Amino acid sequence: MSSPHVSAHRAHGGSPPALPVWPVLLLLLLCLLPGLALTLAPTAPARAAQLATEVPAGATGAVKKPEAHAITADHSRHPALQQPFATPQEVTKACLSCHNAAAQQVHRTIHWTWLDPADPERKMGKGGITFNNFCIAIPSNEPRCTSCHAGFGWKNAQFDFSSQENVDCMVCHDHTGTYKKFPTMAGLPVSEPTEFEGKTFNPPDYNAIAASVGRPTRDNCGTCHFYGGGGDAVKHGDLDSTMFKPSRELDVHMDVKGANFTCQRCHTTEAHVIAGRTYKQPAFTERTSVLDDDRVHRIACESCHTATPHKAGHKANDHTDKLACQTCHIPAFAREMATKMWWDWSTAGKKKDGKPFAEKGPFGKPSYDSKKGDFRWEKDVTPEYHWSNGRMEFLLLTDRIADTSKPVEINRIDGDPADPKARIMPFKAHRGRQPFDAGNRTFVAPHLFGKDDAAYWKTYDWMKAVEAGQKSLNLPFSGKLEFVETVYYYPITHQVAPKEKSVACGECHRPAGSRLAAVSGVWMPGRDRNTGVDAAGWIAVAGSVLAVGVHGFLRLAARGRNNRKED
Amino acid sequence: MHATERLYLYSRFERFWHWAQTVLILVLLVTGFEIHGTVTLLGFARAFAVHNFCAWSWLVLYAFIVFWMAVTDEWKHYVPTFLKLMDVVRYYLSGIFKGEPHPVPKSERAKHNPLQRLTYLGIVSFLVPFQMVTGFLYYTYNQWPQLGFAGSLTLKAVAVLHTLGAFAFLAFVIVHVYMTTTGHTLTAHIAAMFTGYEDVPRNGVKPEA
Repeated sequence: MSSPHVSAHRAHGGSPPALPVWPVLLLLLLCLLPGLALTLAPTAPARAAQLATEVPAGATGAVKKPEAHAITADHSRHPALQQPFATPQEVTKACLSCHNAAAQQVHRTIHWTWLDPADPERKMGKGGITFNNFCIAIPSNEPRCTSCHAGFGWKNAQFDFSSQENVDCMVCHDHTGTYKKFPTMAGLPVSEPTEFEGKTFNPPDYNAIAASVGRPTRDNCGTCHFYGGGGDAVKHGDLDSTMFKPSRELDVHMDVKGANFTCQRCHTTEAHVIAGRTYKQPAFTERTSVLDDDRVHRIACESCHTATPHKAGHKANDHTDKLACQTCHIPAFAREMATKMWWDWSTAGKKKDGKPFAEKGPFGKPSYDSKKGDFRWEKDVTPEYHWSNGRMEFLLLTDRIADTSKPVEINRIDGDPADPKARIMPFKAHRGRQPFDAGNRTFVAPHLFGKDDAAYWKTYDWMKAVEAGQKSLNLPFSGKLEFVETVYYYPITHQVAPKEKSVACGECHRPAGSRLAAVSGVWMPGRDRNTGVDAAGWIAVAGSVLAVGVHGFLRLAARGRNNRKED
Repeated sequence: MHATERLYLYSRFERFWHWAQTVLILVLLVTGFEIHGTVTLLGFARAFAVHNFCAWSWLVLYAFIVFWMAVTDEWKHYVPTFLKLMDVVRYYLSGIFKGEPHPVPKSERAKHNPLQRLTYLGIVSFLVPFQMVTGFLYYTYNQWPQLGFAGSLTLKAVAVLHTLGAFAFLAFVIVHVYMTTTGHTLTAHIAAMFTGYEDVPRNGVKPEA
């Protein structure tokens, strides 16, 4: 070879100082180590939560597992429960002959008073002067509404709330699944077979029911809570009859083939006081877990899962200061059955051939009813997201509303980004139009149900109905009736999806169409940017491309010129 | 034919860290701009995971590079000098078009020209640590109270600074890649970063066109 090159290494008289291959490989491995370490190794709480949701070995038959609702008494052997019962109140008396403090315990709960125990003025609640945008308010409509009262005979304002025998033990403790309260009899079951909307209600077999009693199951709670608002799936969005026997997909905790939680597994119950949100009172105020205090109410996700439930190093653990667990883990509500999203009372009262009528729409749900107006239902609904510290403030029928040009919030979600107790939380927003007293600037409680001429569902006369409803509460009515648009929020907290179905990061961390597009007070990578900095950055990048492009072009041109010169 | 001299300039570890950083910077840029919402490629979650993984890997690599610089005397190549700096600037602004020789040819004693020294020193001592610090703060914002600067920072400020750093890296990559074509052949510099050897025009001799 007659190469003109003078190689440096030849001058050194050998190959360059060679590094063996293995240190390089070791280095590579070392560089990868921290990343690997962060992606492995679950935390203790995460593991505990995982264990808690695994099906115990006993379920497969190897070891006989005690029944989930095991109690220490066989009620079929109690002589007190073998006597003939003519009325449901006699059953209650028999229960109280042993459980002698039970009725008094129930008397103090919201299940009995329908008044928020956290409201010192005792105005908040269905038994008070709050209202909603479903069937609006209870006063003057009691016999229909109180078919979901844990008592017997609340048919008007004269109901005796101190009566022990009128506490309904069976509705919560029946395990036969046969106990039914009649829809329009103020919480009483029938004594003769009676028909309602094509369905026959039979008198309950009180002895069989009394013999079966135990701790409440999903069936007991669901009897009322899955039918809130007067029908299946109407009200909550995350509670409906699909929750009696939910699949893993629908509710990872209540999954009948898996963990099969009862309601009380989270709604910790002590002496008939059931943990949970009431009007003014959040479901919980302290984020304490069972790891800190074994007597804690398990009402919050954190009660069992702690504030860092994900694998160590997983970024989701850093989100629990701003996001409620529900925000990611309940990607949509009403996933299996459509829920009511819109109720327009202003169109009620139409007649066909002089008769009230009803129409069915999508999902097999009613779209119009002369008694109630227009409805809109939605299935698999993406929630609205709001900052919430768990508290809600509710309007009262006595509150004056100055501005009705925008939808009026019947309940206001409390909390803002600066509140350390607030998290971004999913909500169902039920909207609608409902009667409003334009003279007194208050919402009104119409008298809907009844056999009298003032009842709207009897004579379809709003003026009479509102007059009568307001009178039953000793509230005024100016005679000027309007229909005003309202919104009523429900926190979405049930129907927790399996982890693989949780909301993906990119559904919120995206520049357009983010689920949290309307939520302020947090900086979110992917959603937020400083447009000025971005513009300056791209100008700098474009400038670099342009500069090297021009420089390269000039070099190319110069090379041609220099070559020609040399020629 | 013009005479060149073959120099062994880049040792095996130096080539390793150079290309490892190349990969890390490119992956960090792409995933970073995906996290930023500019591009969609891996999906946010995976882009985030990859970005983090690369960030920590770079921190370890960076420690090794600094150690290597310190113990091998390689740091001497990055000592800033203003001697002939303006000559180099003038060369790239005009001399290069006239076929003039580079005013500071590479040698084993000084493999970087004064402009490179300043640029690389700036990157290694300012831009890389800047991205590491802002990235670390961005990642650990939940621990700010424990780290003791809760009141003085906002997540937005950290995010914006980190984005600025990313743009600086992108601009550097564009210019740096272009500059590799300015050797005595288009690929001479790049080839050297693979083999370790660079054919450098002999002093005072006009390079091959």
